[in-house]
Amino acid sequence: MENLVNIFVKSIFIDNMIFAYFLGMCSYLAVSKTVKTSMGLGIAVTFVLLITVPVNFLLEQYVLKKGALVWLDESFATLDLSFLSFIMFIAVIASIVQLVEMVIEKSSPALYNSLGIFLPLIAVNCAILGASLFMQEREYENIAEATVFGLGSGIGWLLAIVALAAIREKMRYSNVPAPLRGLGITFILTGLMGIAFMSFLGITL
Amino acid sequence: MSFLLDKMKKIEPLFEKGGRFEKLHSVYDGFATFLFVPDKVTTRGSHIRDHMDMKRTMTVVIIALMPALLFGSYNIGLQHTRAFGINDWTLMNMFWFGFLKILPLIIVSYVVGLGIEFIAAQIRGHEINEGYLVTGMLIPLIMPVDVPLWMLAVSVAFAVIIGKEIFGGTGMNILNPALTARAFLFFSYPGWMTGDAVWIEGLTKGGGLDGFSGATPLALAKLDGFSQMPSAMEMFIGTIPGSVGETSTVAILIGAFILLLTGVGSWRIMLSMTLGALGMGLLLNATGGNEYTQIPAYYHLIMGGFAFGAVFMATDPVTAAQTGTGKYIYGALTGILVVIIRVFNPAYPEGTMLAILLMNVMAPLIDHYVVQANIRRRIKRVKTA
Repeated sequence: MENLVNIFVKSIFIDNMIFAYFLGMCSYLAVSKTVKTSMGLGIAVTFVLLITVPVNFLLEQYVLKKGALVWLDESFATLDLSFLSFIMFIAVIASIVQLVEMVIEKSSPALYNSLGIFLPLIAVNCAILGASLFMQEREYENIAEATVFGLGSGIGWLLAIVALAAIREKMRYSNVPAPLRGLGITFILTGLMGIAFMSFLGITL
Repeated sequence: MSFLLDKMKKIEPLFEKGGRFEKLHSVYDGFATFLFVPDKVTTRGSHIRDHMDMKRTMTVVIIALMPALLFGSYNIGLQHTRAFGINDWTLMNMFWFGFLKILPLIIVSYVVGLGIEFIAAQIRGHEINEGYLVTGMLIPLIMPVDVPLWMLAVSVAFAVIIGKEIFGGTGMNILNPALTARAFLFFSYPGWMTGDAVWIEGLTKGGGLDGFSGATPLALAKLDGFSQMPSAMEMFIGTIPGSVGETSTVAILIGAFILLLTGVGSWRIMLSMTLGALGMGLLLNATGGNEYTQIPAYYHLIMGGFAFGAVFMATDPVTAAQTGTGKYIYGALTGILVVIIRVFNPAYPEGTMLAILLMNVMAPLIDHYVVQANIRRRIKRVKTA
């Protein structure tokens, strides 16, 4: 239990997808104009992470890892399919994103319209593939750990994007120099936020 | 004073449109409004105004900083005598020694920072903002006394340009510029900011008594356990190594009193931040964990930069939460984070700076949700009525 809490807190603050690894930047920068839409996207990303990481964990454990297929036949003990993990993970992510897209379109057309192209693009959001690959690399031991890690990563990403969106809403009245307006100032802002988030770097729980 | 006012009025046309020094108008304006309350009034509509405009507010903060500055000067001298085993210095000697050490820091901070402000004002055609008056005083107070002047200049330039000017100047920045300067130094030259020798004048150049360590109390606690720390009374009065203005809780409390009396600082933030840190400290005392959790909770309030951060940094009206409820949340979370970083993060013995920076980032979000909750509550009231 303590281990799970540890992974959860760590994935939100210390290994934050945005500020520690700078993953998932494209939608982070593009959809962070208002808190409301970024909250919607954040929840969608969190949901996708929550589903894909455990599913990919099962895939990894029972299909891809070296000797993972022994449950089928003893002769597969030396078989290593991990070179397929990229394509398998992406396939899982794409199908889950498709599902989320259909749900959002049905339940909240307004959010669907404001997210625009970035909703289907969650499929290629680096934070999501990144989480699956981190899960593989860090060798989480059971499905509970993988689920908690997915959820934590999603919440960390959500926190980052809504914080940025709130700042950008506040900055609407700022007199930013013309060459820096829009993305330029957002990049600088992300860097400054990264400095602030460094307070968690190195925390051991 | 009227002599000066006449003089200013006399040269004013030179700076008006079409005058000889038209380009320097904002410089003139900056000086004129700093010395005298502007006589311009709005032509339309009614506006209730008093004399507490931005320049006057900033002046109050500077006055509130004076006790910390004066005590800091004395403390530099005191720590120097302790480190080098000097016995025959009087109080005045110590004070004067420290004051001469801190003066270059203040001058560099003001010259670089105000220089950039003036240039930016000319280029961008806005008035000279006086926000830097306070920032320029805060920066030397949160630096180690032996910091090289060029590092100070670089960090000031970074803080003013990247931290403030590109966001549109005073009132628009997201992060507290003084803390941005310190964070920049902290992450760019970690050897300087985390070392033991920098906190006492002269130690970096060698010399000093054998076996004398210039470590700050928080660093001591990390290295040797908290039994090595100075007594609570010493930390409260402030005769310990540390950043120039941060050591003395007493001097800071005098400043806090001035800020609260004039209504410049937010009592909500100070109160909730203190309670947050105290509560978190007590909670950690109760639960245990690593050895730092056993530091008595009230120690957190008098150690390191907590008091200075709570009074002068977290209450910055620009970067703190703007709503009343938001201020309570912001302050409490800052206090909690300070203690968490101090206790759980072995990389940084001091958490105040980073905790405040992090909450500066989160403050607009807190405000957003406080405002939304308010809107929802009012809509509900209208519907039920």
